[in-house]
Amino acid sequence: MREIVIISGKGGTGKTSVTGAFAALAARRGDTVTCDLDVDAPDLHLLLAPRPEREEDFISGHEARIAPALCVGCGVCTQACRFGAIREEGAVFAVDALRCEGCKVCVALCPAGAVEFPPRHCGRRAVSATRFGPMVHAQLFPGQENSGRLVSLLKTEARALAKERGLGLILCDGAPGIGCPVISSLSGVDLAVAVTEPTPSGRHDLERVAELCAHFRVPLAVLVNKADLHPGAAAELVALCRDQGHAPLGELPYDPAFVQAMVQSKVVTELPPSPTSEILAQAWEHVLRLAGRPARRAPLQPFNAQGA
Amino acid sequence: MIVTIASGKGGTGKTTISASLAAVWRAPLVAVDLDVEEPNLHLFLNPEQQGSEDAALEIPVVDTARCTRCGACAALCQFKAIALMGETLLTFPEMCHGCGGCMAVCPEGAVGTGQRVLGEVAWGRARGARFLMGRLRVGEAMSPPLMRRVKARLGAMLAQEPADAVVDAPPGVSCPAVSAVMDSDFVVLVTEPTPFGLHDLRLAVEAFAPLGAPMGVVVNRAGVGDLAVQEFCRARALPVLAEIPFDRAVAEGYARGKVVADLGPGQRAVFTALRDAIRSRCNRTEAAHA
Repeated sequence: MREIVIISGKGGTGKTSVTGAFAALAARRGDTVTCDLDVDAPDLHLLLAPRPEREEDFISGHEARIAPALCVGCGVCTQACRFGAIREEGAVFAVDALRCEGCKVCVALCPAGAVEFPPRHCGRRAVSATRFGPMVHAQLFPGQENSGRLVSLLKTEARALAKERGLGLILCDGAPGIGCPVISSLSGVDLAVAVTEPTPSGRHDLERVAELCAHFRVPLAVLVNKADLHPGAAAELVALCRDQGHAPLGELPYDPAFVQAMVQSKVVTELPPSPTSEILAQAWEHVLRLAGRPARRAPLQPFNAQGA
Repeated sequence: MIVTIASGKGGTGKTTISASLAAVWRAPLVAVDLDVEEPNLHLFLNPEQQGSEDAALEIPVVDTARCTRCGACAALCQFKAIALMGETLLTFPEMCHGCGGCMAVCPEGAVGTGQRVLGEVAWGRARGARFLMGRLRVGEAMSPPLMRRVKARLGAMLAQEPADAVVDAPPGVSCPAVSAVMDSDFVVLVTEPTPFGLHDLRLAVEAFAPLGAPMGVVVNRAGVGDLAVQEFCRARALPVLAEIPFDRAVAEGYARGKVVADLGPGQRAVFTALRDAIRSRCNRTEAAHA
């Protein structure tokens, strides 16, 4: 079983549009589970129109709640809370759910036993059917902690589904950034594909996400989207990849077809053939070849603070 | 006043708009980059850095000589950062949220404090304004604690010398984004007129509305998709503060690291109008609260 995750560092480079196109290309082999790991702002379902077969609540951690009837107003909790989540409300104290990290310190220290600690209902997850095969996805409720836990859960679900149905490939749409959800999405993958753009932000974020992949020893391939916005910078990105041992997958033009497809709830390869769909098809073949080879053992990079 | 530029979706143009607003802001200003995972504002404002410091989280270090293996710390820890394996107490520093619970409940006082570097906070000056940013260490999973440090420094800077702040927030609507929007006087939601943009805008409105700050929408790349975003704003009585038409020259300027408001008088006018719309709405809200 092979696992590929599409990342970018920066949002808006076209990660989800590319994942959707890859899902369509993968569907020709008919052995792929697609997985949307951007649980904070998932968008892949807008292209794949999943029909849920199984839905479940996602419960993660707990949240503190102070029972006003039991609170003696001593303030021990508010002094102990390092997240500024407890404020005075008249003679008693109350927890701000948005700031509470569920650490239980207030529960442990409250002399009146006034703090309840119910499980936290963070979102919903689903296993669905799409025109490109099965899909695993979720939606966190707004303001919830974007935990890697939900990402891990989805990956576990996708692996179980692939095993159960005898499918050989898991294709994941990752989250933007380099934090918890992204780190979690990289665990155990055979290949990360970064979708980037030839802009200062695109390059800066690619460098950071590449460092993250090296840190976790995940081989990286890079697809440059919107390359014609700045052909010189696009060429520099490709050179950077070659220098650092990442596989360049090609350069896509800035193509309004991505949005045209999205407005029709389609992926770009479902529109009439175009140079863009041809580049994507070649990139996908390349991805499959790269994912099929054993992971490159990158040296562990030391952390170094970069200058501004 | 603190104006936060947020968006449910990445790549809608938050940094473009933050940089351009900072460029046309007239009052004393602090330009802040709170997108600590992927800070990009400095790439456009090119600040002259005047200082920086590492930001660290207090994590447990166990004094094995005093530890009686009672397990109180492990029983409390919600994040699996401290565990008793047989007779050995193990700590997993990267899992720690820095809540201090283990230190508070240890009956022997055997849990001392160590540090995990989260990243750095850096500050300087850019285009006549003060500049502040956080940069998460690559490999560090938790951005909210670093964001809290950046916000604390912003508070100190504003106390030292009153100013407005324009804050570039991280994308999304989970904990880091909400944490960025908290304590704002006004929230600018940047979206694009596409199904992705609309879907993520809906989530953002749902996430940020309970915080109580007035909100307005900027539709970036107007004309590339459909009109569903504008219809949504009308239905929800969300003011559309600006519509920035898609212009390839702007996209190319951005790719070359240009601040969009500098590209020409027409572009500058878009952002001065946006600035005035934000200011007048803030003043009205302030007057209503007076």
